[in-house]
Amino acid sequence: MEQQLKELKERALAKIKEASNLKDLNEVRVAYLGKKGPITDLLKGMGKLPAEERPQMGALVNVIRETVTEVLEERLAKLEEKAINEQLAKEAIDVTLPGRPARTGNHHPLTRVVEEIEDFFISMGYEVAEGPEVEKDYYNFEALNLPKGHPARDMQDSFYISEDILLRTHTSPVQARTMEAKGGAPIKIICPGKVYRRDNDDATHSHQFTQIEGLVIGEDIRMSDLKGTLSLFAKKMFGTEREIRLRPSFFPFTEPSVEMDISCFKCGGDGCNVCKKTGWIEILGAGMVHPNVLKMAGYDPAVVSGFAFGMGPERIAMLKYGVEDIRHFYTNDVRFVSQFHRTEA
Amino acid sequence: MYVSTKWLNDYVNIEGIKPEELAEKITRSGIEVDSIIDRSQGMTNVVVGYVKECVKHPEADKLNICQVDVGEETTQIICGAANIAAGQKVIVARVGAVLPGDFKIKKAKLRGEESNGMICSLQELAIEGKLVPKAYAEGIYVLPETAIPGENALPLLGLDDQVLEFDLTPNRSDALSMLGVAYEVGAILSQGIALPKIAYKESTEKAQDLLKLRIDAMKDNPMYVAKVVKNVKIGESPLWLQNRLMAAGVRPHNNVVDITNYVLMEYGQPLHAFDYDRLGTGEIIVRLAEEGEKITTLDDVERTLNAHQLVITNGKEPVAIAGVMGGLNSEVHEGTTTVVIESAYFAPASIRRTSKEVGLRSDASTRFEKGVDPERVIAAAERAAQLISEIAGGEVLAGSVMIDELDKTPERIIVSPDYINNRLGMKISLEEMLSILERLQISTEAVNGQLVIDAPTRRQDLRIKEDIIEEIARMYGYDEIPMTLPVSESIPGGLSPYQAKRRIVRGFLEGAGLVQALTYSLTSKEQAQAFALETAPVTELLMPMSEDRSILRQSLIPHLLEAATYNVARRTDSVALYETGSVFLGEEEDGLPLEVEHVAAVITGKWVDHAWQAETKTVDFFVLKGIVEGMMDSLGLAGGLSFEQTTIEGMHPGRTANIVHNGERIGLIGQIHPTEQKKRDLKNTYAMEMNLKKVLSIETDVLLYVPVPRFPSISRDIALVVASETSAGTLENVIRSAGGKLLKNVKLFDLYEGDNVEDGKKSLAFSLTYADPERTLTDEEVVKAHEKVLNALTTEAGALLRG
Repeated sequence: MEQQLKELKERALAKIKEASNLKDLNEVRVAYLGKKGPITDLLKGMGKLPAEERPQMGALVNVIRETVTEVLEERLAKLEEKAINEQLAKEAIDVTLPGRPARTGNHHPLTRVVEEIEDFFISMGYEVAEGPEVEKDYYNFEALNLPKGHPARDMQDSFYISEDILLRTHTSPVQARTMEAKGGAPIKIICPGKVYRRDNDDATHSHQFTQIEGLVIGEDIRMSDLKGTLSLFAKKMFGTEREIRLRPSFFPFTEPSVEMDISCFKCGGDGCNVCKKTGWIEILGAGMVHPNVLKMAGYDPAVVSGFAFGMGPERIAMLKYGVEDIRHFYTNDVRFVSQFHRTEA
Repeated sequence: MYVSTKWLNDYVNIEGIKPEELAEKITRSGIEVDSIIDRSQGMTNVVVGYVKECVKHPEADKLNICQVDVGEETTQIICGAANIAAGQKVIVARVGAVLPGDFKIKKAKLRGEESNGMICSLQELAIEGKLVPKAYAEGIYVLPETAIPGENALPLLGLDDQVLEFDLTPNRSDALSMLGVAYEVGAILSQGIALPKIAYKESTEKAQDLLKLRIDAMKDNPMYVAKVVKNVKIGESPLWLQNRLMAAGVRPHNNVVDITNYVLMEYGQPLHAFDYDRLGTGEIIVRLAEEGEKITTLDDVERTLNAHQLVITNGKEPVAIAGVMGGLNSEVHEGTTTVVIESAYFAPASIRRTSKEVGLRSDASTRFEKGVDPERVIAAAERAAQLISEIAGGEVLAGSVMIDELDKTPERIIVSPDYINNRLGMKISLEEMLSILERLQISTEAVNGQLVIDAPTRRQDLRIKEDIIEEIARMYGYDEIPMTLPVSESIPGGLSPYQAKRRIVRGFLEGAGLVQALTYSLTSKEQAQAFALETAPVTELLMPMSEDRSILRQSLIPHLLEAATYNVARRTDSVALYETGSVFLGEEEDGLPLEVEHVAAVITGKWVDHAWQAETKTVDFFVLKGIVEGMMDSLGLAGGLSFEQTTIEGMHPGRTANIVHNGERIGLIGQIHPTEQKKRDLKNTYAMEMNLKKVLSIETDVLLYVPVPRFPSISRDIALVVASETSAGTLENVIRSAGGKLLKNVKLFDLYEGDNVEDGKKSLAFSLTYADPERTLTDEEVVKAHEKVLNALTTEAGALLRG
């Protein structure tokens, strides 16, 4: 009897081992552990045994059943894993196939530059001021110390609508309007916008372009404040290693007037084609607000002073991104504009 | 302004200072030096030659065989210039010389004859053709007889020189003269300057005896000086004078004209020389022109004058347009013996206006229109007299003929050192300030701690305290200004709500797949009002540069369509662009047009393009509508938004809608009319434009969180058949109003027209969601609410319910 049981166990274990898939294994389970299987038969036949043998035999059959069950479970787990793996293998995809494009648009490069500048000055406590693109001669010129007959206000250079109305030639009239509106209160503004000049469109000229200007008015605003502000701006916009230098210049609405150069961001000042071998790149014009401008807006130049600066986002974008022709900004070629979708640094 | 460093050295010692270094110093302290021109261009082996013999080449008509003494030897050179002749002193580039443009001179054989070098024209030495004296413009240049064969020709021609090209700002017209530059450089280098010494012999005869002067326009011409020089021999100027003129960018003509130009460059005071005999009347009358009066100017152009233009006359007819250009009738010529030198102060505004009207800008007019130095008017006339007597052998008549009512009082400026330091954020001592002003030769006195300044008349740009601040700062050095930040009452910065919302709109549209475009505000008459949401009288330019850019736009769509066409033509078939920008409407009370910011978009081509998974979708009305809805939702304005079928010129009559918010029209959307599409080489293109100003000005509710439902919702679907013309929007409205407050959501999920549906009918299916935030709904409640909906659909919309 014992020998028989042992053989039964060996047979069952061999069958389990043989089973190579879940179906075969299930057959083995039914064959050996099922209601009509030999083990059940053995247990059923237990009654025929003498009473004293029953416990020993019962224990033996149970051990065999447990062993077979255990091995079968193990095998089952293995075969299940195998089946899953086979299924997954079938499901494999070619990961090099193109993804479904996520459709997105992006800022125009000039908006990108303007917003970057706006955000820097907002962080410094500036407000963003805007004004009309069709402007009165008074705000565009007169209030900015460009009286009638001044050479810089040639009819040939501006788009006039009538004797006294024109398309603004710079964003400075927004400064004049803001000063007038603030009635003597301190000012910290940045003014972005479209401006127009009577130029033929070519690689470096555009009859419509953008400008962004800044104005700070208050008691004891100093030229050193202008320099400090512009230096921080240059570092934010063009890299922390940037140095600035101021050169004397001339604008009718500021005195003293300066032009600001930054150390070349391409060569670091050694001289390259971007900085035309000088190590410096001209970025913006600035100066201390001319007393006549303050007076005309109702500020007392003896008490109040201010600084102003202005720059061209086109020029900055051209320098930053290496764009060689200003017309690219107004052609709206998607192959151009879409290049400015990604972040930098 | 071209500044020859060789010439500059006459007045201020710049020996030993590298031109680059000098240029940098000048640029940093006030005047931008644009470039440094090395006139020698690295040339070598260019010497004086003496043409001993010159015979025709036997084999070539146009060539000459010359035997040229080049100092150490006599060598044969073949020359093709028409003006070559034996006995001339010429410029010879010897074998081994390298001329500008990397032109290497080699031994050559020309039609069998050896040529050991080249006889040069000035152009071959990199002098611009327009500066070469006319006599030599077509051939070789002939040197004075005094030139010594074998001598280096470069110094002789003044080509061993570096020229600084100044980019002058309009305020620094004082540097439009060599003396002005000398003052500036002297200040930078802390040097005094050496002014030209004027000394000449005067004859006993008086200028006044020969010439009468009258001014009938004192306002435009407050000062006029004339000197008369007799027995002048007109001829070629000495080489040094020609060299300096060419370095300054002026073409030499003859000695008298060259001298007037030389003094113009030296003093910044334009002069004019008249032939006394040609003047004919012994009289000069300055007056305003008569309307329509004519004069033929030196450039041989007859010009008609306006009544406000200032002219110099001989008492009968104009002999010059004052300060702009002389007349041909009184021009100095070969046979001139007596010259009248005119030096005057003409009012800047008058000259500016005339020069613009006549279309002539000359070295003279550019200086007059900025205002010449009143103190140099007489000096310049005397300097010219001196040079004419030295160079052209003239006899200067005693005294001058002069009328002078010009105010020459220097501008007085009083400023305290504290004011200067406060504005600069610096601490410069009074002594340092005085020393800087002294270097600039600005006469200053310290009175009770204040600087009392008399601005020199040559510096018309010094008028107010701030001008003095600039002088001190630029000489002290802008690098020395510290860096600080404004200390002021702190104002919170930031974007206005409008500006912030505009950024949200841009962000949304870009997130939705639109690329930002930037198009021109100026457009053509045809396009100005096309597709406009609202039209009003247009704003037109007085002097447009072209028809295409003559009027301000009232719609953004036309230029966006142009951009779409541009891209499609370049094989970018799918284009999705948007723009925010102003349109210009009518005229407000202040005379300006109303500027309204709009947002517009144009889409064409495929919207989804993912072909290998069979996902492609061309753009349609609903793509763009979805973007508008999403944009409004991002602004908190989804509620109250509706689309109402409409027709708009240029748009598809069946596929166009007004965008309406709470009953107010805020935009339009639709397909571009097929005819219009075709005209623009576009297919299947949709556009929308909205009044962004209006949209962003709508007040929105405060954003408050609505609790996420805790109780389950119940869905019921409805399938119905209605007449084809019944809009989905109408049905939705019926459902919503009948559904009551338990109805939370209505969603159209099927639309069908065709087989199995009667002609003129369509089938729609909606999914309705019922919920109560407070509890779980009972079946009976939902059935009750849903019944109402079904009834309303049947009775109000004539819908036939299906299944």
